[in-house]
Amino acid sequence: MKKWFISAFLMMMAVTARADLVVEVTQGVDAPTPIAVVPFQATGLALNEDIAQIVSDDLGRSGFFKPMNRSNMLGTPSTEEQVFFRDWRVSGNDYMVIGRVAPAANGQVQASVELYDVLKERKVWSETVTGNSNNLRDVAHYISDQVFEKLTGLKGAFSTRIVYVTAKMNTPGNFTYKLQMADSDGARPRTILQSKEPILSPAWSQDGSKLAYVSFESSRPAIYVQELATGQRQKVQTFRGLNGSPAWSPDGSRLALVLSKDGNPEVYILTLATGQLDRVTHHYGIDTEPTWAPDGQSILFTSDRAGLPQIYSLNLPTRELKRLTYEGKYNSRGRLTQDGRFLTMVHQDGSGFHIAVQDLKTNRLDILTSSSLDESPTIAPNGSIIMYATKKGGKGVLAGVSLDGRVRFTMPNGDGDVREPAWSPYLQ
Amino acid sequence: MRASNAVKALTLAVSVAWIAGCSSPSTLSEDDSSMGGSATGSSSNTYGTGDASGVSGMGTDGNLDVANLKTVFYFDFDDSTVRADSVADLEAHAQYLASHPSASIRLEGHADERGTREYNMALGERRAKAIERFLAVNGVSGAQVETISYGEEKPVVLGSGDGSWSQNRRVELKYVSR
Repeated sequence: MKKWFISAFLMMMAVTARADLVVEVTQGVDAPTPIAVVPFQATGLALNEDIAQIVSDDLGRSGFFKPMNRSNMLGTPSTEEQVFFRDWRVSGNDYMVIGRVAPAANGQVQASVELYDVLKERKVWSETVTGNSNNLRDVAHYISDQVFEKLTGLKGAFSTRIVYVTAKMNTPGNFTYKLQMADSDGARPRTILQSKEPILSPAWSQDGSKLAYVSFESSRPAIYVQELATGQRQKVQTFRGLNGSPAWSPDGSRLALVLSKDGNPEVYILTLATGQLDRVTHHYGIDTEPTWAPDGQSILFTSDRAGLPQIYSLNLPTRELKRLTYEGKYNSRGRLTQDGRFLTMVHQDGSGFHIAVQDLKTNRLDILTSSSLDESPTIAPNGSIIMYATKKGGKGVLAGVSLDGRVRFTMPNGDGDVREPAWSPYLQ
Repeated sequence: MRASNAVKALTLAVSVAWIAGCSSPSTLSEDDSSMGGSATGSSSNTYGTGDASGVSGMGTDGNLDVANLKTVFYFDFDDSTVRADSVADLEAHAQYLASHPSASIRLEGHADERGTREYNMALGERRAKAIERFLAVNGVSGAQVETISYGEEKPVVLGSGDGSWSQNRRVELKYVSR
């Protein structure tokens, strides 16, 4: 289904590329699937989260679904016997989700969920999910993942996390920077690091256990590796000049990074266990923003060796260099989907800096945003959504766009400017 | 349009230099000769004689008072070339540093917010190094200069548009020891 979906989006790009609304689902050749997530019934419980609403919002934000507005629902069935499929069919739904939450042993709660094919009047999936009353959001995201997977064939990415940096100017020249982590929908933010000096370039290890990031807390830029479970962290080998852009190899054993110790910014690979440093680029231009291909055999990076930044790929065993971007005068900060097929980047044209995606098989480039100060694209592990940083009303905010450009949303605003999102891999 | 931006930039630079720890009670006035690209070859005369170029306030030891020099140097978009309007003051800093081997400075390079952050880190470094090279050519020892880039992370002006961006594309020269 995925290949069909992707070729469908290529057909739709010309029509939808310039739309710029907050949450917008446009009709097209491949219309999003209408689904109704009915409010769950809670017996003997006062819940602090609306599970059905979280599921509904997750599915809508993915771009694959068009959730029914709760105010349009004529009833709220919570068992199969209470469902009159004809009513839900007539109101335009292909699928529906119902559920019941009840207390479980050890002070936990149990959510019994059912997914129905409205047209065939048949149950597609059901499960009883147990969770704590204070992590109902995790229960909801789990349900979203299951519904998403059953209906699209793709793995859901709703139980993932994002990290990002916030910056607040207290007085001119005096800032507070924070590295924060939140759920993929922006809920439950918590601070991982707070500093008076800049923090940037957070990067998740592929197993989701560690973050690498750049911090100026020692008054010079340095790369740190932090273990999320324990909070323990280590500063990696630091050199004179720039230390930046850490990127984890897929097996987690190495970091690609940028150092300018040899005269100008170059890409190096640091083997974490041994401290061995391999230099990967040798050019007097700026070489920066490395990212690994999923097979670990090549590194993509930004270089202005041709004048202005473009994205190149270096095959590590052969050291063969290939330029990837030819459209437009400025292309930088490339990130690949997990299958290595699509490259998202920051692309400059006459109207500013946009998020674009290039199909590396056909080299077709599609510009996904019309805002002009976009940066830091990061892709959900299932390739469905690109989250990025942009400016809205003069303030730095995070936004998301589906890879086909149909669905867009803005993340809830925090205090100060938000930037540098990094989407986690699938987490256990 | 460009000239008025330069005026604003110069005014800002002078104010920043004033606020940034200038301890001398001398008056500051804009050094008009350094605008519009007319770099005087004999800038040392300017400071030694207190002439019509308007920079006053010499230190008690008779040497030029670096506290009155510009300490913020601006750059054009996507460029790291030292601009003509930076030359006179940089030469003066160089002269001071060359004659005071125990003095040292930190050059902090910056970029405006457009484009990607790590690339802008590299641009900020390029600018700081361009200033460093200029100073080296004018007799300053490498041991006296430290460079660092903050990329787009520490703007002086929040907000978008050429007015803000031009003020953020800069290298700040800070004395670590005099």
